[in-house]
Amino acid sequence: MSTLEVSPAEAVPGQPSRSVVNDFSIQVATVNGSGSQTANTVLMRSLFQMGIPVSGKNMFPSNIAGLPTWFTIRASKHGYIGRRKEIDILVAMNPETAREDVMKLDRGAVVVYDEPLKLDALRSDLHFFPVPFDKLVAPVCPDAKLRKLVRNMIYDGVVAQLLSIEMEEVNGALVKQFGKRKAKAAELNWGACKTGFEYAAKTFSNRIPYRVERMNATTGKIIIDGNAACALGAMFAGVTVVTWYPITPSSSLVESLIGYMKRFRHDPETGKATYAIVQAEDELASIGMALGAGWAGARSMTATAGPGISLMSEFVGLGYYAEIPTVIFDVERVGPSTGLPTRTQQGDVLTTATLSHGDTKHPLFFPCSPEECFSMAIEAFDFAEKFQTPVFVMTDLDLGMNNWMSDPFQYPGKPIKRGKVLTAEDLDKLGGFARYKDVDGDGVGYRTLPGTNHPAGSYFTRGSGHNEKAQYTEREDDYINNMDRLAHKFEVMRKHIPAPVVRIAENARIGFVAFGTSDYAVRESCDQLKAEYGIEVSYLRLRGYPFTHHLTDFIRRHDRVYVVDQNRDGQLLGLMRLEFDPDLIAKLRSLRYYGGLPLDARTVTDEIIRQEGK
Amino acid sequence: MSTTAPPPPKKVNHIGLEVLPYKGSKTTLCAGCGHNSISERIIEAFYDLGVNPYTVAKFSGIGCSSKSPAYFLGLSHGFNGVHGRMPAIATGALLANRTLLGLGVTGDGDTASIGIGQFMHLVRRNMPMIYVIENNGVYGLTKGQFSATADLGSTLKSGIPNDLPPFDCCALALKWGATFVARSFSGDKKQLQAILKTAIAHRGLSVIDVISPCVTFNDHVGSTKSYSYMKEHESVLQELDFVPAFEEISVEIPEGEVMDVQMHDGSHIRIRKLQRDFDPTDRFKALVALEESEARGEVLTGILYLNTNRPTFLELLNLGDDPIATLPESKVRPSQQVLEQVMEELR
Repeated sequence: MSTLEVSPAEAVPGQPSRSVVNDFSIQVATVNGSGSQTANTVLMRSLFQMGIPVSGKNMFPSNIAGLPTWFTIRASKHGYIGRRKEIDILVAMNPETAREDVMKLDRGAVVVYDEPLKLDALRSDLHFFPVPFDKLVAPVCPDAKLRKLVRNMIYDGVVAQLLSIEMEEVNGALVKQFGKRKAKAAELNWGACKTGFEYAAKTFSNRIPYRVERMNATTGKIIIDGNAACALGAMFAGVTVVTWYPITPSSSLVESLIGYMKRFRHDPETGKATYAIVQAEDELASIGMALGAGWAGARSMTATAGPGISLMSEFVGLGYYAEIPTVIFDVERVGPSTGLPTRTQQGDVLTTATLSHGDTKHPLFFPCSPEECFSMAIEAFDFAEKFQTPVFVMTDLDLGMNNWMSDPFQYPGKPIKRGKVLTAEDLDKLGGFARYKDVDGDGVGYRTLPGTNHPAGSYFTRGSGHNEKAQYTEREDDYINNMDRLAHKFEVMRKHIPAPVVRIAENARIGFVAFGTSDYAVRESCDQLKAEYGIEVSYLRLRGYPFTHHLTDFIRRHDRVYVVDQNRDGQLLGLMRLEFDPDLIAKLRSLRYYGGLPLDARTVTDEIIRQEGK
Repeated sequence: MSTTAPPPPKKVNHIGLEVLPYKGSKTTLCAGCGHNSISERIIEAFYDLGVNPYTVAKFSGIGCSSKSPAYFLGLSHGFNGVHGRMPAIATGALLANRTLLGLGVTGDGDTASIGIGQFMHLVRRNMPMIYVIENNGVYGLTKGQFSATADLGSTLKSGIPNDLPPFDCCALALKWGATFVARSFSGDKKQLQAILKTAIAHRGLSVIDVISPCVTFNDHVGSTKSYSYMKEHESVLQELDFVPAFEEISVEIPEGEVMDVQMHDGSHIRIRKLQRDFDPTDRFKALVALEESEARGEVLTGILYLNTNRPTFLELLNLGDDPIATLPESKVRPSQQVLEQVMEELR
């Protein structure tokens, strides 16, 4: 790879003498509602199309228009797609934040900015590239009303020129973004983009210390957000009843699902829907409907975020106790209370694992990527019906709402399993059934569906005390037997919950335990710790709760285990403390980040070094 | 040895079932509770119409009223949910299986307080089901607090008067979209039976508010939901005669002030006006009549509103005839080609 050319911009101190290829981050600072999302997605996609591993993170306000938004694009030839804290190239479009954005940069960074902001006066250790956006946009966009939206595309052209991004790929990304139906809009934007490119080529003689070169690391890959991936999983899982109430960051999960279901889940002969999607009046109703549907035999689901989880608490306890399958997607955001609705956190883990009053325990699935959003969604529906209980798929805003580079999804290899449901024919053979009797020793009883045409088919479902035959009871022995069976069922789940991914470093004395989107930062941190400090670290990525023996084996094997939580109180660690022996607990350390941004590797590495006393 | 006469033939309904399969377990409510009378009327109505009990799903929330689904239709699946949230459970179950006949039983505490939101949204959706409110104006299971349907000035057993106006669940249902709205009294056997049968035949949401005295906590002097208060203040709108579809009838309408409404299943409800000019197909007049009767201190009972035209929520969803809950995998899991197509679009 040729990295020999020397940057001519040597006047700037601290810049690398060689240009860095395919390893940088760009931050675009705009105001929301200005159409910058399109320009940012096009920029990200053009890097992707050049075969360079890329990720995009949108940091946006809980607001419709007018507040600051930052979009970070990271290109990494090493394939690191977690957030990177350091910004190499800033595109400063927002007068409100431009000053602070510039002051935060490391020396040697590149600043593309709106000329009237006069940012070059602020510092002398950065590369400044002023662009007169308003002047440039006027000739390419005669309609003054559209200029606000189109002018952002100019920075795509400027950045493409500065980084040597191939303009054919930018055009390809634009066409992809707008689709065939909006060809006119694509053309208008392409004009703006070219203007930016030409302006930069004509005006800027200085080269910047970063550039791109074509790779082939993205061949066959897709770009998708986790919410859409969950939606696809639900569709291929055969979901039939979807109930929801809009809440950031989960709304786009169901909105994506509505789009897919309309296209692919109508009977080709009759045109009839093979599903029902209902926007409920609130989360109390959406979970109630999902449970009612699960009770009546549907594959049902709802999607929500922290405040919705709190509201669903009572119903989830009913689902646990009356043993009704449903799948709840929790796209976590920053709490408590309304919190930071558009920032990411793993803040619901502890609450959700034991959601509702009384002794309750719920299985949790922890996907870390769009592929796992898809595959675990499918698995979660099978799991819910197998164990007749609510199942939570725990994602977060970072995974759910950001665009991720991903391998394409695998078509489910196994047929749909509907769990222990007795039909009228089964009842003829059996003569009857007791709804909550543990016939098979796995704690799971047989159920019938309403509408079963058989005199022995019915039972009465209730959240009050019940015996094996689902009859009302307040007897001590009935209650204890039932609760013990439910506990046993939870134990059986340990053998069926997705097993963790374990990476043992042979000489490692310490280990990481992490889950969900912490994966990207933790994997990169493992490499940093080895390369920079010579510290080898093993890593166990949890994929579900209840915990399995893999976790306890892993802890035993290491001197100290750092449990990575994206929340203030170390919720996953807390959950481990609830059930582990003191000797295991003594080995656990907590590594927490809770600022609302996606976790980055440097934060993890620095914290390990601090705690290890190196 | 004397010969005994052969046993008389068992009485069965038109689908050949005796009344026993329509009964439930023994009630645990107080002797004389209005709710028990309502359970009996439900048993009679479903038996008389020959409804297959396997096609019925019973729903309730929390409270005395919500216990009662265990006391009728023992061969039907039942779901006793959480306080005030029965509409959500029923909605979900009926989405999953639209062939079920949903029968919800709730109380004034369940519906008019914690459940008022879900009740209103059920009404707004015109969810096709029967929604019986066993209304006694009082919380029985927690021993005698006012509910949100207790009338202004009505007193607790201790003599404390209620100083807030009541919700009128019929007025709410009328205003926001229920397509069959009726009020009855647990002590009026014939009227309640006819109303329940009409509800069974109705395609849409049936809201039936039944004044059902609580003998333990709200049957004293000073209560406006007592047996004696109802005897003095009930104002019956119509004489009702339900003619099921399977009975051969002359479709001619009898003499007099009788309105004959044909239901979707071919049955008829014949509504003979009593004391006043009242048209149960006029929603606006029904609301006015409720206001006027309240001002006069009367409790208006009978069919307040019947609309057989408005589409139900399930009809808006473009579903097929079969329950979506049990569609085969071939109908609910798209093909591998579909996944490949979607993946290609995302490249």
